[in-house]
Amino acid sequence: MGFYINMQIGFLVFASIIGYTLILYFTRKTTPSDSGDHSHNFDGIEELNEPLPAWWVWLFVLTIIYSVVYLILYPGLGDNTGFLKWNSQKACTDIIKQRDAQYQHIYLAYSKMRVEDLSTNLRALKIGKSLFINNCSICHGLDARGGNGFPNLTNNKWLYGGTPNEIRTSITNGRKGRMPPYGSVIGGEDILESTAYYVLSLSTKDVPQNLTSTGKLKFNTICSACHSLNAKGNKFIGAPDLTDPQWVYGGDFIDIKNSIKNGRHGVMPSHKDVLSKEQIHILTAYIFSLNKI
Amino acid sequence: MKHEILEKNVGLLAITIFIVVSVAGLVEIMPLFFEIDVHRPIRGLKPLQALELEGRDVYVKEGCYVCHTQMIRPLYAETKRYGPYSLAGESVFERPFLWGSKRTGPDLARIGGRYSDDWHRIHLQNPRLLVPASKMPAYPWLKKNKIDYTNTEKKMRVLRSLGVPYTESDMVNSTNFVKNKTEEDALVAYLQQLGLAYKKFMS
Repeated sequence: MGFYINMQIGFLVFASIIGYTLILYFTRKTTPSDSGDHSHNFDGIEELNEPLPAWWVWLFVLTIIYSVVYLILYPGLGDNTGFLKWNSQKACTDIIKQRDAQYQHIYLAYSKMRVEDLSTNLRALKIGKSLFINNCSICHGLDARGGNGFPNLTNNKWLYGGTPNEIRTSITNGRKGRMPPYGSVIGGEDILESTAYYVLSLSTKDVPQNLTSTGKLKFNTICSACHSLNAKGNKFIGAPDLTDPQWVYGGDFIDIKNSIKNGRHGVMPSHKDVLSKEQIHILTAYIFSLNKI
Repeated sequence: MKHEILEKNVGLLAITIFIVVSVAGLVEIMPLFFEIDVHRPIRGLKPLQALELEGRDVYVKEGCYVCHTQMIRPLYAETKRYGPYSLAGESVFERPFLWGSKRTGPDLARIGGRYSDDWHRIHLQNPRLLVPASKMPAYPWLKKNKIDYTNTEKKMRVLRSLGVPYTESDMVNSTNFVKNKTEEDALVAYLQQLGLAYKKFMS
């Protein structure tokens, strides 16, 4: 801010303070109206001009004194930082630093432990659970069982692997699923349906073989590239295992058909800006602990 | 001086009230016009692209700002919940700004990239599918309504005349980016960029 702006603010602020003091002083009235002022009169209703209560006047004086003290200590006059050099941004960053330091030793103690050991440490798991509820539950659910499009984290089935390091990587950097749409690539509607039946038959026994024969061929030529020939998936690209009855996008015939036709692009956002390394460590242990039973 | 003089002359009273109120404006509001941090964009801040701009209009039209703020205050608890506090330089291209002062829902200033596109789509269709206790209304029509792209270029031109640095090609090609898009597409695109400029600025 420029010199003139600072001058303007300073001038107006002090003019106001002095002005209020003067108004208070020159409009003061100390004698009660018994001494004769009966002039304020309308339709026979008389309003007396009484002096202000002393406590009120002194309160006013106090606010004037307060404002002067405030302006000396705190920023209030343009660029002037005030005697205490206080500013709201610094106050905020200071308290963030202070609180983070306060909690850091808790996290640091745990960050030196292995995830496997932490996952049986009840106190760490309690912290992990609250981190989970605050950051993960909005997609994966409060019970971590996921939902349509959001993986279940409790069934020991992993898209990107379930070792502590793999879980940590998933949380830190996020994941991007890329199942391309095959609706127009795979052939006609019947081939699409047959493929869906074949995929369904991988995890359920009661699909008639005549429905799946074309699909099997298609699977082996197209789908197996990512899901592998035995349909067990590939954790390096997040291709799910199709031989178990656990599904991210639903395991009905219609769901599977839609997945093949339109593709799926599940995204797990990165959390490295949201959580500290130590927090992610504890969170990893919490998620790891959900899958041991 | 007698206050009787002021009380019995309405014109004089009005003038003095005006002076008193003006002083507050001159001291508290006007200096901001000369504060460089307030109207200089943070480094790397880009104006909203066509689809995001239309998404912002959907945001305004559906009244999202009634419940959601886009301003994180410099308070410890707030930065812990929503992320780093907002900077004035983030909103210099906002006309009007959507900071808000009432939070029925959470602040959205740093929502970009926090959840996946799919998440936003399901959530807009019916928030209860993802957050059982949510009291946010469902917006199922966003998926059906197409964006009216006939005005997109004009909107960008108006914004440019107000100082938003759109390039000529941004404006001319704008229609291509919004044609055949639904309101949901636009709104998700808008939400997914909130706060990204700040992230880039800090890194």
